[in-house]
Amino acid sequence: MSNENTDAAANGKVIELIKVSKIYDMGAEVQVQALSEISLTIEKGEYVAIMGPSGSGKTTLMNILGCLDTPTSGKYLFNGIDVSDMDDNELARVRNRGIGFVFQTFNLIPRSDALHNVELPLIYSGIGVEERRARAKKMLEMVGLGERIHHKPNELSGGQRQRVAIARALVNNPAIILADEPTGNLDSRTGDEIMTFFEELHAQGNTIILVTHEEYIAEHAKRIIRIRDGRIESDLPIEKNHKAQMTKAAEKVQK
Amino acid sequence: MTLGVELREGFKISFAAVMANKVRAVLTTLGIIIGIVSVTLMGAAIEGLNRAFQNSISSLGADVLYIQKWPWVAGEEWWRYRNRRDIKPEYAETIKKDATLASAVAPVQGRMGTVKYGDLTASNVQIFGTTADYALVTGMDMADGRFFTDQEGRGDRPLVVIGGDVASKLFPNQDPVGKTIKINGLSFRILGVYSKQGSFMGMFSLDNRVIIPLGEFEKMYGREYGATIQVRVVSQKEMDDAKEELRGIMRKLRKLAPDQPDDFSINQQDLLTNAFGKITGVVGAVGIFVTALSLFVGGIGIMNIMFVSVTERTKEIGIRKALGARRQTILLQFLIEASLICLSGGIIGLGLSYPLSMLVDKFLPTAMPVSLAIIAILISLLVGVISGIVPAYRASRLDPVEALRYE
Repeated sequence: MSNENTDAAANGKVIELIKVSKIYDMGAEVQVQALSEISLTIEKGEYVAIMGPSGSGKTTLMNILGCLDTPTSGKYLFNGIDVSDMDDNELARVRNRGIGFVFQTFNLIPRSDALHNVELPLIYSGIGVEERRARAKKMLEMVGLGERIHHKPNELSGGQRQRVAIARALVNNPAIILADEPTGNLDSRTGDEIMTFFEELHAQGNTIILVTHEEYIAEHAKRIIRIRDGRIESDLPIEKNHKAQMTKAAEKVQK
Repeated sequence: MTLGVELREGFKISFAAVMANKVRAVLTTLGIIIGIVSVTLMGAAIEGLNRAFQNSISSLGADVLYIQKWPWVAGEEWWRYRNRRDIKPEYAETIKKDATLASAVAPVQGRMGTVKYGDLTASNVQIFGTTADYALVTGMDMADGRFFTDQEGRGDRPLVVIGGDVASKLFPNQDPVGKTIKINGLSFRILGVYSKQGSFMGMFSLDNRVIIPLGEFEKMYGREYGATIQVRVVSQKEMDDAKEELRGIMRKLRKLAPDQPDDFSINQQDLLTNAFGKITGVVGAVGIFVTALSLFVGGIGIMNIMFVSVTERTKEIGIRKALGARRQTILLQFLIEASLICLSGGIIGLGLSYPLSMLVDKFLPTAMPVSLAIIAILISLLVGVISGIVPAYRASRLDPVEALRYE
């Protein structure tokens, strides 16, 4: 339980983006504006989906939210702490303590067994062997892999691998879980299982940010933020989103 | 993350990484093994030569001066000494009388000859003609029997003291003392056998020698033969003074005018030690440099494979960074991997050089002190760190977003 978490509880805002822009310098004086002045707030305990077609800036936004990248301008407050000007090592610390990543391609270390993969964030937090082993084991049991802690990733099915990744994301009690197309490499049945799992995590009070381009996956969230051309196109709670979608569909039909 | 945890984790990861590419690791290590073997063998050979030299040179005696026609270390002006008059054995008498700092003076003449006992023959034996003082000058111990007395040495009785090699060749199963041997056809009665003195630089034995009274020697070979006069100085502290004193006596004996240069040389052990030190210094430096080149090539191999390893594991580095690994953690991980490969190469190399140096010892004296082993291990570790640093630095600087995208 890191300090960041208790801070978050104090003011309720886990993520606050203030006019965040990201410009990529492609050389030869060509610049690409991936994000332009995005402002956004996510409260503790929210379940948010970020949607957008490829090239919309959705990935850039996710990288910034995940503290893998820093904005060109604007402010990013993570748990009330300004992370926009942090250096590599400070960002590594924020990612380690505050963010749990779930990737489309699972991104497990192939040579390490499930237990060691889940232990990794704790290793980088400097937690002693016994404690981290116990915590990693508990997490694997929670995701239903208590019997397979010594299996290597290639000995596990896709769904099992993603559950190892989720255990790894949760093990350090992060302030947010950032999931990038978590079902993209899974069949629909396994994908549904994973989504059910996220719902359970949300019910337990975890803050989840889901990046996807699939409408039916985003439907699991309680709030959908749509990105287009580096700007927020819409930011609606799920019920209103439904209505908006219906009208869109209706308009299409009328045409 | 504490350094302890970081080191242990880095070691585990590196070990797993090395194990995952065994063939590659073995081939890469081979470069380091060869490098370490050649460097340690070179070191062992130099150390061995130095030790053998120290052992050999001590047979000359640190407190003994040698009056001779030739200087031991001549340089390029050897022709200058060629026309010097021979050193006469009689000088020894005068020196013994006049030199206050000499405790023993022995004239020595030497030739090669053949020694026989019954059917057995020892050829290429050094035959020394000298006086009883020889035992005092050299501090020679007797293994059996005794050396000839002053009286016996002065006279021309056919007596002989023999070395261990001659004794074992001619008397494999019996006590040589009291037996009569033939030297160049003349009979000599054996008085004693002197204790083993070993060999000079492993090249020729100091025990393949017989010692007879000077008078007997001159009977066989005639008087006109350049002698060496060996003078033992009362104490090692007086070496310089003794040398000056001897010089004065010799100049008087030779009837040299004050403006004439010395036409004799007074040699001592130091001269050889210094000259040898210079030679081994240069040979050692060149040898170590050349062999270090092979270690350098091994290091390049490590660097190469580390670059491959970093590229191969770009994605893994991205994952680790996303999960909170700091730059120095990644840096350390790859440095440990490089050092691990080099260190195991160093240890294997050292393990191989030890038996190899034993083998080389049959041709050349070698010695492998503990310090050399420690240096070899440290060098291999150093090569690992140096060749790992650039790839490891590159890995630590990878952008996590880019690295994660890498397939």
